Amino acid sequence: MLEVKGLRKVYSSGSREVEALRDLTFTVDNGDLVCLVGPSGCGKTTLLRCVSGLLTPTSGEVRLGGSPVTGPPPGMAVVFQEYGRSLFPWMSVRANVELPLKQKKVARARRKELVESSLDAVGLTGTADAYPWQLSGGMQQRVAIARAVAYEPETLLMDEPFAAVDAQTRADLEDLVRALWQRLKVTVLFVTHDIDEAVYLGRRVVMLSSSPTVVQDELVVDLPAERDQLHTRADPKFIELRTRVYEQIQLAKKTVQK
Amino acid sequence: MTVLRKVLFALALPVVLFAGWFWLSDGSESFYSPPLRTILTAFADTWQPERLRADVAPSLLRLLAGYLLAVVIGIGLGMAVGLNRRLRAVLEPVLEFFRAIPPPVLVPVIMLFAGIGDGMKVIVIVFGCVWPILLNTVEGVRATDSVVLDTARAYGVTGPARLTRVILPSASPQIAAGLRQALSIAIILMVISEMFASSNGLGFTIVQFQRSFAIPEMWSGIILLGLLGFTLSLLFRLAERRALRWYEGLRAARRRAG
Repeated sequence: MLEVKGLRKVYSSGSREVEALRDLTFTVDNGDLVCLVGPSGCGKTTLLRCVSGLLTPTSGEVRLGGSPVTGPPPGMAVVFQEYGRSLFPWMSVRANVELPLKQKKVARARRKELVESSLDAVGLTGTADAYPWQLSGGMQQRVAIARAVAYEPETLLMDEPFAAVDAQTRADLEDLVRALWQRLKVTVLFVTHDIDEAVYLGRRVVMLSSSPTVVQDELVVDLPAERDQLHTRADPKFIELRTRVYEQIQLAKKTVQK
Repeated sequence: MTVLRKVLFALALPVVLFAGWFWLSDGSESFYSPPLRTILTAFADTWQPERLRADVAPSLLRLLAGYLLAVVIGIGLGMAVGLNRRLRAVLEPVLEFFRAIPPPVLVPVIMLFAGIGDGMKVIVIVFGCVWPILLNTVEGVRATDSVVLDTARAYGVTGPARLTRVILPSASPQIAAGLRQALSIAIILMVISEMFASSNGLGFTIVQFQRSFAIPEMWSGIILLGLLGFTLSLLFRLAERRALRWYEGLRAARRRAG
């Protein structure tokens, strides 16, 4: 279980202090898929960096499986928004996926197996020898997902992973994430600014306020587990849920103006 | 066809210049600028295998030793300085000071400590060409993308692997620029150190010819130096293109994407 308790992050440069996160508390159960959605500039990336152990919070804590997160935990993989910068351009696709496994001292035969199966899983069979920059944006983000999958994490963090790809690619990648989540039984924390995406993907949606950020509201998405782009998005239930999320986000924006 | 054209374009100007020199100098009566015809004859007579072994080989060995040492020191120290802010704050003014000293003025000083043997020449070369390598490495290391660093950390790529698989390749285009500058400085210093005090080597031989009024031979030595420099930089470019193929590809891909 992933627990975030009273998380607060203040950036200070000189005498100026910016409070990015004020007080965040939420939990993600094992095997759950939780979407964090909030207005743009609400500190989503700061939150994700704290959760992944890349950034030390000012106060509050993050616990993974009961133990506090002080650095990147071994059982956690991250998919960043900027796939073009997160994949190493000097390495082939294979080497990109394999490097974290080498660091984990996975045996060579097993590494080969994991690289192949994860590339298959994201629909990139046969691209292992290409360089990332030879692929389209959507394919590059698939490589980043394959790298995360091959890492065999218990927890997968995704930071607005599809913000930079076109709408059709985005729909495909959303279905890919749902399929992988169902198959691999990982815990997924998915950060997005897209309300539809949050409702379509998540089993729960946590709505954030504007910065300084608090949890605005939470919502269980009681849509059927089998979802598809055409029918789910036309489902009256889906529309009702997205309206509720939308209202909360609007409310969050207004509260900050006061 | 394009390769042929490229070769044709590259050779056109040298051929014209050479032909011009040949034609213009053909009737020259001057003792100090003899006809190119005479110089070429002297070239063939002078640079026989025995002389190549006795004078060119020692020069090249000093060059190689000095350059490689500078590469190791420059990249090693550059990585350390680039990664450590405190070290950078302490060392930067000193580095700028040493860099500003024209290396040839140090030849007499280094001679006092290191004598007039091969050691002195190697030290002079190292001292002259370590700076561009060092400073470019520092800059290259500092410019490593923050998302690249986050990714490496999140996936447990730490320790030696972080240096060799992430930071060094990321800085390599800039390091290569420093290496290229250093190569031409190394050739200059090889000649200069041999002119000061030596009993063999290219610089020594050219000065020797000049002092004994063997003017065509002196000119032939200068042509040989030019050819040597040209060949070395050609070899360097071939090696660079091989090692940085990913960087060329990445840049081309970014240009296409706009």
